[in-house]
Formats: sequence, structure tokens, C-alpha cells
Amino acid sequence: MSTFNNLLPYLWPVIFGVVIVAVLPLLAGYVVLLERKVMADMQARLGPMRVGPHGLLQPIADALKLLLKEDIIPENADHFLFWIAPLISVTAALVAYAAIPFGPGFQIADLNIGLLFILAVSSLGIYGIVLGGWASNSHYSLMGALRSAAQLVSYETAAGLALISALLLGSSLSMRALVMAQQKMGLWFIFCVPIGFFIYFVGSIAETNRAPFDLPEAESELVAGYMTEYSGFRWAIYFLAEYANMIVVAGIATTLFLGGWLRPFASFHAHIPGTGVEILDLLPSLLFLGVAGYCVWLAPRQPVAVQKLFMLAVAGFCLLLAGVLGWSLAVPEFLPAVHGGFWFLAKIFVYIYGFLWVRFTFPRYRFDQLMSLGWHFLIPLALANLVGVAVGIVLHLSLGWGLFPSLLLTTLLTLAVAIFLVWGKERHARLAALPSDGA
Amino acid sequence: MPDDAPEKDRPLAPVGGSAEPPEGTPKDAAAGSPAAEMKETAKPPAPAAPTASATPAGTKPAAPAARPAVPAAPKEPAIKPLPLDNELVQRMKSRFGAAIQEAWLDRKQSIIVVARGLLAEVARSCRDDEEFDMLTDLTAVDWPKREKRFDVVLNLYSFARNERLRIKAMAGENESIPSLCAVWPAANWMEREVFDMFGIVFEGHPNLQRILMPDEWEGYPLRKDYDILRQDTAWVRENLGIESGQ
Amino acid sequence: MDERSIHGMSGAGTTVLGADEIILNMGPQHPSTHGVLRVKLKLDGERVVGTECIIGYLHRGVEKIAEHRSYQQFAPYVDRMDYVAAVSNGLGYCEAVEKLLGAEAPPRARVVRTILTELQRIASHLLWLGTHALDIGALTPVFYCFREREEILKIFEKYCGARLTTHAFRIGGLQYETYDGFEAETKRFCDDFAHKIDEYETLLTENRIWVERTKGVGILSAEDAIALSVTGPVLRASGVKWDIRKAMPYAAYDQYEFEIPTRENGDTYDRYLVRMEEMRQSRHICLQAIENIPSGPIMGKVGKVLKPPPGEVYHAIEAPKGELGYYIISDGTTQPYRLRVRPPSFINLQAFDSMARGGLVADVVAIIGTIDIVLGEVDR
Repeated sequence: MSTFNNLLPYLWPVIFGVVIVAVLPLLAGYVVLLERKVMADMQARLGPMRVGPHGLLQPIADALKLLLKEDIIPENADHFLFWIAPLISVTAALVAYAAIPFGPGFQIADLNIGLLFILAVSSLGIYGIVLGGWASNSHYSLMGALRSAAQLVSYETAAGLALISALLLGSSLSMRALVMAQQKMGLWFIFCVPIGFFIYFVGSIAETNRAPFDLPEAESELVAGYMTEYSGFRWAIYFLAEYANMIVVAGIATTLFLGGWLRPFASFHAHIPGTGVEILDLLPSLLFLGVAGYCVWLAPRQPVAVQKLFMLAVAGFCLLLAGVLGWSLAVPEFLPAVHGGFWFLAKIFVYIYGFLWVRFTFPRYRFDQLMSLGWHFLIPLALANLVGVAVGIVLHLSLGWGLFPSLLLTTLLTLAVAIFLVWGKERHARLAALPSDGA
Repeated sequence: MPDDAPEKDRPLAPVGGSAEPPEGTPKDAAAGSPAAEMKETAKPPAPAAPTASATPAGTKPAAPAARPAVPAAPKEPAIKPLPLDNELVQRMKSRFGAAIQEAWLDRKQSIIVVARGLLAEVARSCRDDEEFDMLTDLTAVDWPKREKRFDVVLNLYSFARNERLRIKAMAGENESIPSLCAVWPAANWMEREVFDMFGIVFEGHPNLQRILMPDEWEGYPLRKDYDILRQDTAWVRENLGIESGQ
Repeated sequence: MDERSIHGMSGAGTTVLGADEIILNMGPQHPSTHGVLRVKLKLDGERVVGTECIIGYLHRGVEKIAEHRSYQQFAPYVDRMDYVAAVSNGLGYCEAVEKLLGAEAPPRARVVRTILTELQRIASHLLWLGTHALDIGALTPVFYCFREREEILKIFEKYCGARLTTHAFRIGGLQYETYDGFEAETKRFCDDFAHKIDEYETLLTENRIWVERTKGVGILSAEDAIALSVTGPVLRASGVKWDIRKAMPYAAYDQYEFEIPTRENGDTYDRYLVRMEEMRQSRHICLQAIENIPSGPIMGKVGKVLKPPPGEVYHAIEAPKGELGYYIISDGTTQPYRLRVRPPSFINLQAFDSMARGGLVADVVAIIGTIDIVLGEVDR
């Protein structure tokens, strides 16, 4: 028994890792369903509705279908590379989860170089793309893969620089320490370095090949991209890698900019009189109770009995979640984990919703415009932002100014730089384009 | 000119509105006389009467030139084609002499027949001197019973004058027509289509190949001797793998 | 005979010619060619140095068929050419035959024809907008456009029973009287539509990405446009203010006030703006027309058997795609001797080479979309 107890610290990460690898494909599948539903909502339609109530079994149906599809390999493809390329992508994406803090103590590994580890490992996914394009033995798959790689590398630079600006405030690469720094400061880093957050947001959209930066994989373009020759389950693995990547970058953004597992107003400790429960900790339960109430109100208004039942089932599920969240209030050792996990997932959800929103609103960038945006705008802006934050911190440390005011000042200066860059780009474009063009 | 068919039953008198004088339609007055012999079935003379304008010839054809408010639909039964000798025709005759073979007005649209050898020059002159800057359409018609069986028809339009003009050139079975690609680049595909459908060769065309039919198709579909059910069975068999007619 | 392309998926295939020139084939099946159009691009890296359009995949021999049908029998065939804007095709044909006959449709028929044709213009431009935006990557406008188009198609269905290939008009006038509620529904649609167009404009017109993808892309100067016989919104966006509805009015257009939107630059962005404004103007015409539909007969006095006197006529209308002309030669019998359709899409597509050459390969899709072709009309 004692060996078991001795082994427990080592078993815990293994169990957690297995849970993540097992649950993540399901989660990614439901992110896909979420995307389809949100897309449909923005397009004035309903989305998947047939497979399961409101399409809830759609991801399962899709996964089954892809599993059962015929496995086609192009004739002159390099078999080994063709096989391993999607695996590299998905492995890189999944391994990055090792350092993401879903809650306090809710991490597979609290590395002291956590952020660096995540960035490094998720960059390895680019190999999967390039090898996939190469192994397909198609000129245009290769071109699409190289373009995609070029895009990823460029935007990763900008995103990385933006992350450094947040790191300067957190003074540590450990993901856990970064969240603790935000707790100590009482302020999420997004309020300190909003431009950094913006750059990271744009960079992460490009890193995950999402619109408006999805030229390498867009259907209506000439080149169909590195995934062309992949079908069935191999394609599913690429797809899974893409969505897993999305969740990873959302996780990084949440940890660095949005306060990780912290509740909003984490340092505001107002207690319900007489108990040790903080008022703001009731928020999650209240939220779910509200949703449950809304579902109960909607239930009688559904036209069909099955839909009424479905609404009540959703209400019941929300009540269950509210119950769990409420119960953990009473059990202090679970409180941080459960609530932390809730807030972390909620923030990831909001960030991914931002991705979806952007995808369905904007048209696609052309490749040269995309690269120009990355190199001529984002990287200079990220550098300016980095310098600005550094200056702000120095002002705070050596001149004794408050941190927030000095950062505010440098943010404004960086905004001025951004405007100057945009103005410069437009002027350049105007001069290079039509003479009578009046932007 | 396809008036080898004798005048026969006219259509029923057109209705719709009363005297709306289309501007100075010359043919109405002129139609007075030939129309009289046209009308075997006694149709009321009303159509011809209200618009007896005096000028027999010489006004601009086709659609209203400069008045945007006048509707263009001709209601008068001035359907018989009439000879045309207005200033435009006279200028062209003075430039090209006998190459301008005929000119007439049909349903208020002017038509000029030119000799095929000078078609390119006439076209260029129309574009530059007469301001017909747009080649609206280029097509062909097959009159198998005629000695020169093909009519190549150009429809031109002038923005400045808001007028249309139709130019025809006749070509025999194996005669070629000068290409107009140098005059209007738009003629490129239109001539290819004419070649594809009729087999008329355009000399000087940069890329005279079939455009709608498959490249190796035998036969020229729009010719009158090409039966409507006919297909190039060899091509179909080879390329589609079926027996034609399925 | 050109080299056959290697068929990869989605039409990507290559034949390497020289050291730095590639021929890329956008095959007949491609999500963005709006039909069966094959485009061969000669590329030097990313630049397009030559193009070739191969058409004819949808050629059905409509002109040959016309020689073997009577005038009324041929009328449904014309809908199938530009199948996106069938009502306009029908209008052009019926008016051409009426000109050939010397007949005229009564005023009520002309006004109803105008209303339906303008609704069809809006529907055609909506489809164009949706698919063009989709090609450029905006995934949402297409659904909004189709939502509006659905309303128009419902009106058509109530009027003549068909949504797409309507055969709405007859030679001499109309077959069907307008249904009860026609004016009310059209008015309701027009009233809603103004703010729907604003919605589309919000999504696209000022959007940086849209502007960057379309400004300066596929430029066609006015001289080139006239030399290439380009007509329709493409011509107007290049700076030539010409619209057959104003220059040579037909149906009831001379009774209504409307503007002709024109732009100077002749790039894709301008063509987009011209068509958006045209939708607004069409709506304006519809509203004016609905106010005052004259009463009276809907069919002129043309007989059952149509035998136009021998002769020929060329009649053109302003279809949504450009100048749609019918050149009909009659030999006095019930069947036309020759019926030629002047197809705006075919002639506008010729300008594709001039627009795409020198540009980037990624813009080709935008350029094909901006010309607004329908392969049924290109090939007939």
C-alpha cells in the first residue's frame, strides 16, 4: 500500500494524461459541432439537427463514418511519411496539453519552463503539415503545405513576441506561476497589455490555419492544400490536430492574458454573512441555474414532445452542474479544482467563440497579403509592444510609478505606433495601386 | 436578301395603343403603296394611316436616337423591308463604291451588305469614321439555296449616336472572310463560334479553332444540311464510349 | 489539341513546360467556376502570364433547336440559357418576336413584365453576390442573399408556378393575370429589402479584407471594355455610362426614374459596388411600378399561329449579365429561319484573359466571379 502511495505522485499525471488523450478527441469533436452550430446561427439557419437531438450525436456519427471510410493512399506517395505525418501533427498538439493548467494543481506537469515547452512542442506540428504535403506526391499539395508552414512560422513569431510582453509581467515561464502572478496583481494581464492580447489573438488564428488566414486549406481556392490526398481516418487525425491546437492556443491565451483558472475579481473577497462562502463563487451555479430555468421556460413552447423532453433533459443537466458547483462550495478541498476548472473552460470557450465569430464574418486573405500583414504589421507592432511593456515596467520599478498607470501610458504609445504602421501600409498600398484610388 | 418569298398573309393587325408616332418612319409612307398590294385580306387601314409621314427615306433607323422617353416598339405594320439611302449609306458608298452592294431598312433597323473582300476595311471605317465603336454581335446565316450560301452578319452599335447598324457579307461554300480581330478584339470568340457552327474560315484569325463543339468534331452543326438529330458518331463512340442515339 | 491534364482532386494538375512556366488547369468541375468552365492558366510562379478558357461543356444546340420549333414552342428554351435570370431571357425573346411580328404587348403587360424583370435582376445579383463572396472566403453573405432570393422566388412561384425556369411571359403579353396580393407582397419585399442590402454592405463594403481582395484586381479599362464588347455592370464599372433601359427603352422602362450606377476604375471592387447599387435601383423601379399598374388586357392581339412576315430583327435588352440580344430571321413560316442569341456571358468571358493576365493566381477566382457568368448562357 505504501508503494502505491509512493507511486501516486507519479501515477496521477499518467492518469490525467490518459484522461486527456481519451477525452480530448471527444471534446474536439464537440468543438466542431459547436462551430457548426454557431456558424449556422450566424448564417440564419439551424445547423446539424438530425443526428441526435439538436445534432448532439453528430460528432460521433462523423467519427464513425470517417473510421469506416476506405483508406486511399496515392500511388506514388511515400508510405511511411504519408502514415506518420498526421501522427506528428496530432502528437505535437496533444503533448502540449501536458503543461496547460486547467486548474490549481490540475496539471499533468507543472514544468518551470511550461510556456516554452508548449510553444516548442506545438511548433513541431508544422512538420506534420510539411511532411503531409510532401508525401502526397502532388505538386499543389506540397505548395499548399509550404505556404501553410510559412504562414505558421511568421505568425508564431509575432504571437511569441506578444507572449513575452505578458511574461515580463509574470516573471516566470511556469504556467502556474503566471496565473499566480495575475492573482497577486489582482488584475488579469489582458488589462495590462491589451495590445499584446490582440496580437496574440490574431497570431493564434493564423497559427491554427483558421479564417481569415485559411488560404492553404480553403476549398474554393485553386490549391486544395496539404490535406487533399488524405481521406477517412487520416484526415480525421489532421482535423483533430487542428482543433486540439485551437484549444491549446486558447489555453495559452487564457493562462497568460485571461487569468487562467481565476474567477473574475479574484481578489474581491466578499463573504455571504455567516458562512465562508464568497458571493462571487456563487456565480457559476447561478449561471447554470439560469440556463436551466430558461430551458424549463422554453420546454412547453416546443412544438414536439421529443423536443420538450430534450429541453427538460438539458435543464436537468444544467441543474446537475449547478449542483456540483454548489456542492464544491461546501467542500473546500474541491472548491479550487472544480471552480478553477469551470472558469478555465469558460474562458477557453469565450476565446474559441471569438475564433468562430471572426471566421464567419471576414473573407479570406490572399497569401501575399497574409504574409505582408504578418511581417509588415504584426511583428513590428509586437516589437513595439514588447519595448513598451519593458519601459513601463522599468518606470514602475525605478521611478516608482504605479504599474497600471505606466503600462497604460506605454499602451497608448504603442497604439500610436500601430496607427502609424497602418497609415504607412495604406499609403504604400495607395501609391502602388491605382492612381485614382481613394481609400 | 431573303425576300424571295412573295408577300403573303400579313399577320393580324397589331394592337396596343394608338397613334404613337415612331419618329419619321419613312417606310410607313412608302408602305402605303406596297402595303396596299400586300393587304389581300382586308385589314383596317388604321395602322398605316396615322403615321403617314412624308419623308420617304433618310431618317435614322432602329431605336430612337436621342430621346430617352419614346418607346421603341414599332407598332406599325411597316414590316416589309425598304431600301435605305440615308447619309450614312451615302458616305459609305462614297468611300467604298461598289463594295457597298445593298442597303435596306427592315423593321426600322438598317442593314448594309458589303463585299466580303473589303469587310475589314468597311468595319474599320465604321469604327473610326462612323463611330460605331462596339461590335455587338457577329454571327452567320446559312442560305443553302443561294449561290453564296453564307451571310456573315455584324451587329454594330454607336455610343455617340445611340444607333445600331447591321452589316452583312456573303461568302460561298469555301470562301473565307477577313477576320475582324484586328478591328475589334471581341470578334475573336465570335468568329470562332461561327467557324465552329458553320465552317466559315476567317483569314487572319489568331486561333481559329472550335469553341463550343469538341475539337475533333466533324461537321458544322448550324448548317441547314446538318440534320438536327445527327451526331459525329465516331467521336461519340470514341470519347463517350456509347453508341450515338442512346 | 492541348495536352490533357493530370486529374488530381479538385482539378489541380500540372504539366511542366519550361523551367519556370506551369500550366494549371482549373478543371470543369471546380467549386468556383460557377458551372462547367475549364480555365487553363499559364503561370510564372504566382503570376498569371496567359489564360485559356475552354467552354462548350454545356452546349445544347439551342440555336439549332430554334429552327425546328415554332415561336411559342421555343419560348421555354430561352429560360434555360441564363437559368439564373430566366425571366429576363423570356422578356428579350418575347419582345424580339413581337418586334418581328409588328405586335406590341398592352400597357398592363408591359408594366407587369417590368416588375418581374426587375425582381429577377435583384435575384440574379443576389446569387452573384453570395457566390462571389463565398469564393473570396466570406462564408456568411451567401445565406443572407439566398434568404432574400427565396422571397423573390416565392413571388414567381405564385405568379407562374415555377421558381427558376419561369416561362413567365408569352409572345404578345402575359398568360397569367397577377395573383391577389402580388402588389402587396412585392411591396413588402421591396420595403424589407433596402435594409437587407445595408446588411450586406455592412459585412463587405468597408471590410478591410474585402477591399484588399477586390480593389485593383482584374482591372478593365473603358477602351478595352468597349473593344471587347463587354456590356452590363462590367462595362458600367469601367466608366461607360450605358444601359439599354435608358438608351433604347423597352417594356415600361421609359416611365420610371432610375439611375445608372457607374464607377471609373473597372476593378472588382467597382463591379461589386455597381451591382449593389443596381439592386437598389431595381427596387426603386419596382416600387414605382407597383404604385400604378394600369388595368386592361394582358395579352395583345396576336394569333394562335405566329407567322411573322419575312425579314429580320435584332432586339436587345439589359439582362442582369449584360446586353442580351436576339437576332431572329423569319422566312414567313411558323418556325424561325435563324435565331441567334447574343449571349452577354459568353462575350464578357472573353474579357477574362485581359483581366487576369498579369495578376496573381489567387485572384483568378475573384475575377471569374466578378464577371458574373452563367455557363448555360456561355454555351447555350
